Amino acid sequence: MEQIIFGLVTIIFVSGVAGYLGSLMITKRMALVGGPLGHLALPGVALALIYRFGIFPGAMLSIGAGALLIWVFSLRTKLPLEALTAIVFASVVSIGFLFLPLEHAEQALIGDITQINFFDALLAIFLSTALFLIIRKIYPLVILSEISEDLAKSLLINVKKYTLIYLVSVALVTAMEVKFVGILLTAGLIAIPAAASRNFSRNLTQYSNLSLIFGILCSVSGFLLFRITNLPIGPLIILTSFILFLISLIFSR
Amino acid sequence: MAVREMRETILKVENLSVKLGKEIVIKNLSFDVRRGEILTIIGPNGAGKTTLLRALLGIIPHDGRLEWKERIKINYLPQRMSKEKFNFLPISIREFFRFKTRSEEKILRMLEEVGLKGDGNILKKNPSSFSSGQFQRMLLAWVLIDDPDVLLLDEPMSGIDIEGETTIYSLLKKFWKKRKLTVFLVTHDLNVVYGYSTNCLCINKIKSCFGRPKKILTSKSLQDVYGTRIKFYKHTHR
Repeated sequence: MEQIIFGLVTIIFVSGVAGYLGSLMITKRMALVGGPLGHLALPGVALALIYRFGIFPGAMLSIGAGALLIWVFSLRTKLPLEALTAIVFASVVSIGFLFLPLEHAEQALIGDITQINFFDALLAIFLSTALFLIIRKIYPLVILSEISEDLAKSLLINVKKYTLIYLVSVALVTAMEVKFVGILLTAGLIAIPAAASRNFSRNLTQYSNLSLIFGILCSVSGFLLFRITNLPIGPLIILTSFILFLISLIFSR
Repeated sequence: MAVREMRETILKVENLSVKLGKEIVIKNLSFDVRRGEILTIIGPNGAGKTTLLRALLGIIPHDGRLEWKERIKINYLPQRMSKEKFNFLPISIREFFRFKTRSEEKILRMLEEVGLKGDGNILKKNPSSFSSGQFQRMLLAWVLIDDPDVLLLDEPMSGIDIEGETTIYSLLKKFWKKRKLTVFLVTHDLNVVYGYSTNCLCINKIKSCFGRPKKILTSKSLQDVYGTRIKFYKHTHR
C-alpha cells in the first residue's frame, strides 16, 4: 500500500510539471521531442533494471549521453538536427534492446508505478517543484524569444542561457516520466494535456495553469483506472489524456 | 552654424565591420547620428541593413567603434514581426505588453494614442485578431510605451496596404515630434525616404552615400547602391 501512495505522489508531481513544460514545448513546436528523448533513456533503463539501481539516474545518464552524441555529430556535419536525432535515437534504442532483459521489457516500455519507493517519491517531489519554479521564471522569456529572438535579445534577455535551461528541464522531466509511463509514452504526457489546455485557453496564464492541472487530472484519473482494472498505468494515463483532448475539441477556439 | 551641427551626437560609428561566418556583411562603415534625426537606411536585399541594426543593438559581434551616448534607451522592432507569429500563441494584448509594463491604464492610453480605442476588453484580445494595419499600430504602441530615446525599426510596414502604411508613418512622425525621438528606419520605399527622413544612409555592404535625401539621392547614387538603374517618381504623402 505504501508503494502505491509513493507512486501516486510521484505521478501527481511529475505529471503536473510535465503538463506545464508541455505548454511551452507545444508553443515552441517541440512536443514530439519528448518521444525521442524518452527512447534515448532505454540503455540506461536497461542497465538500471539489470544492476538494480534507480531508473531515474539510469534514464538521465542515457538521455544526457544521447544528447551529447547528437551535439558532437552536429559539430561534424551540416545534417539537420532532426536527422541526427533520428540516427542517434534509432541506434541507442537498438543498443538498449540488445541487453534489456526480456522479463523487464514491459516495465521499461510502458512503465511500472509499483516499483516507486520512498526515495523516488522524495526525489520526484523535490525535482518537480524545483523545475516548476525554474520553468515559471523563464516562461515569459522563452515565449518572447519565440515571438522574436532579436526582440528578446534587444531587451537584454540572454536567449542562449534560457534555451539551455529549458532544454535541461525537458531532459529532466522526460527522465522522471520514464519510471511510470515508460520510454514509449513520454511524449504523450508532455503533449496531450497541454494540447487540450490550448483548446480551452484565451491567454498564456490560462494555458500554462490549465496544462499543469490537466497533467495532474489525467494522471490521477489514469491511476484510479489502474487501481480498478490493474492494467498498466502508463497507457491508462495517456488514454485518459486523449479523452480529455477529444473533449477539448468541442471547446476549441 | 547648420541645425544638424547644433544637435548633440547620439551615435558615432567608425569603421564598423561585421562578419557573419566567413562572409563580410558590412565593411568599414562610418557615420554619425544626431538627436532627433530620422535616419532611413536603404540598400538592396543582402546589403547588410538588418545586420547594421543588430550590430547597433550589440546583439552580434562586430569590429570598429560604435559609441552610443550614455543612458540612451533604445527600442527595436525587428523585421518579419507578422501577426501570424501570434496565431498559435494564446497570448493576450495585456500579456504581450507585460514585457514592458504592468500598468493597464498606461497600456490603454498608449493604444488609444495609436488609434486603437477600446475598453479593458481590448487587452483580452490576441494580437492576431487585429487587421494588419491595427497590428502594426499595436507594435508601434509596444515599442513606444516605455519612453525610448531611440527607435530602430526594420521594415515595419511590410505586408500592409498603402493607406495603413501612410497612417503608421504619420503616427511615427507625430511621436517623433512630440517625444523628440531619434529614429533609424530600414525601408525599401523611396517615398518614405523623401517624405519622412532627415538623413539617409545607402549601403551595399559598404557605405555608398550618406546625407540629406534631396541632396544625395540621385540617379547615379541609386545606381551605385542598387547596381541597376532606378527610376523614381516622387509623389507627396498626405
